[in-house]
Amino acid sequence: MGKTIKFQTSAMNLWYDRFQALKAIDITISERAVTAFIGPSGCGKSSFLRCLNRMNDFVPGARVEGEVFLDGRNIYDSDQDVITLRRRVGMVFQRPNPFPASIWDNVAYGPRLHGVRNRRELDEIVEKSLRGAAIWDEVKDKLRTPALALSGGQQQRLCIARAIAVEPEVLLMDEPTSALDPMATARIEELVRTLKERFTVAIVTHNMQQAARISDETAFFLDGEIIESGPTHLIFTSPRDGRTEDYITGRFG
Amino acid sequence: MNNVNVRQTIDAELEGLRRNLLNLANLAGEAVKKALWALCEQDKALAREVIDADDDLDRRALRIDEDCLRFIARFQPVAQDLRTVSAISHMAIDLERIGDLGVNVAKSAVRLADRPFVKPLIDIPRMGEILQEMIDAAMRAFINGDAEEAKRACAMDDTIDDLERQVFREMLLMMMEKPRIIEDGTALITVARTLERAADHVTNLAERVLYVITGKVASASQFRRPKEPRNDNGR
Repeated sequence: MGKTIKFQTSAMNLWYDRFQALKAIDITISERAVTAFIGPSGCGKSSFLRCLNRMNDFVPGARVEGEVFLDGRNIYDSDQDVITLRRRVGMVFQRPNPFPASIWDNVAYGPRLHGVRNRRELDEIVEKSLRGAAIWDEVKDKLRTPALALSGGQQQRLCIARAIAVEPEVLLMDEPTSALDPMATARIEELVRTLKERFTVAIVTHNMQQAARISDETAFFLDGEIIESGPTHLIFTSPRDGRTEDYITGRFG
Repeated sequence: MNNVNVRQTIDAELEGLRRNLLNLANLAGEAVKKALWALCEQDKALAREVIDADDDLDRRALRIDEDCLRFIARFQPVAQDLRTVSAISHMAIDLERIGDLGVNVAKSAVRLADRPFVKPLIDIPRMGEILQEMIDAAMRAFINGDAEEAKRACAMDDTIDDLERQVFREMLLMMMEKPRIIEDGTALITVARTLERAADHVTNLAERVLYVITGKVASASQFRRPKEPRNDNGR
């Protein structure tokens, strides 16, 4: 099976002022696959995810060294348009964060921002995105109601719909189920599996079983370094590094 | 911290499983050893003891398998924990089969107890000793995480195969000379064949142990002498 590389980092370092959060990260993320990032709190996995669409640009004192290639082009080049980058690389956060507006407005927000004005076109995008996020059937009759009236699990799927409404190529998910109950979690996990048919998915999770269930590849972070990465089935049956073994079997972390 | 307690619970559960598996290995080895002793000494009572003890052995094997499933359901093990529990579950089945083969030998012992042997038994008791060494080596390898010991257990299977073929050839010659011993001769060939099969189960044990230790699926044939073309009547 020939895998196409979507993201590739080369000797990437991240500093927050004088604290080095990521050290010499070399990793590839395959296209149309789910790559999971695991590791104890504070190990740098969320920081890493935020480097992939330059969310760390917002953090005062944050500085990235090295290269991050998206389809072979360094996203930290000075001529990179960050707005375009974030349209291509969408993000879903730990807690569902819908805008205090209607369901329809939440999903249409991104496309409008990128210049779609035609009402019928927007309707189509809203429906397609809500279907893609497996929430259409639950909300199709109440698109004008406030998004905040939805349950937590529904809100998170709405946020996924909002993220895919601008047709990104990559979806970054930062612990997307940590605030959800097991049923809502199962629906999101199921959704992630279907999303990878259209998108490249990179997901940070604290739930190791979740990484084992939904990802194709897994990378283990510890103290800002990638200790081990590879096919998920190998990481969870025969990890090469003793630290990976210790972490996934609950000896620390 | 809660995490530490969970880890301690996992370690304690695995330790319990290992201990039960070790007991099962002792019982399986004992079954074969006693059955052979019953055969050599023409001791029918001892042979029946082996046959009667098999139900207990089966129950213990089943119990280990259930405990493994319960462990998986409760702790969702990964990495070495997962390899260990999967190995224990498979090894219990192999040990149970070794116990069954001991029963087969015991049944032959009952049949052969009432008349003098067609020949003195030398190779068959020797096979029993090597089989016991193989079981001990495989279980030591498991407990100590010693891959070399597991490979040694596999290598010993060559000697078992040689002895089995030797018994077969010897009995064949004797039966050709004296057809009236065919019944007893065939029974002894069957015993040798049974021991050879028990040794194959021990190589399965050793393969599982190697998987636990190295994380790579191993085949016992890697640690045995290369196969040579056979010309002894297709055996």
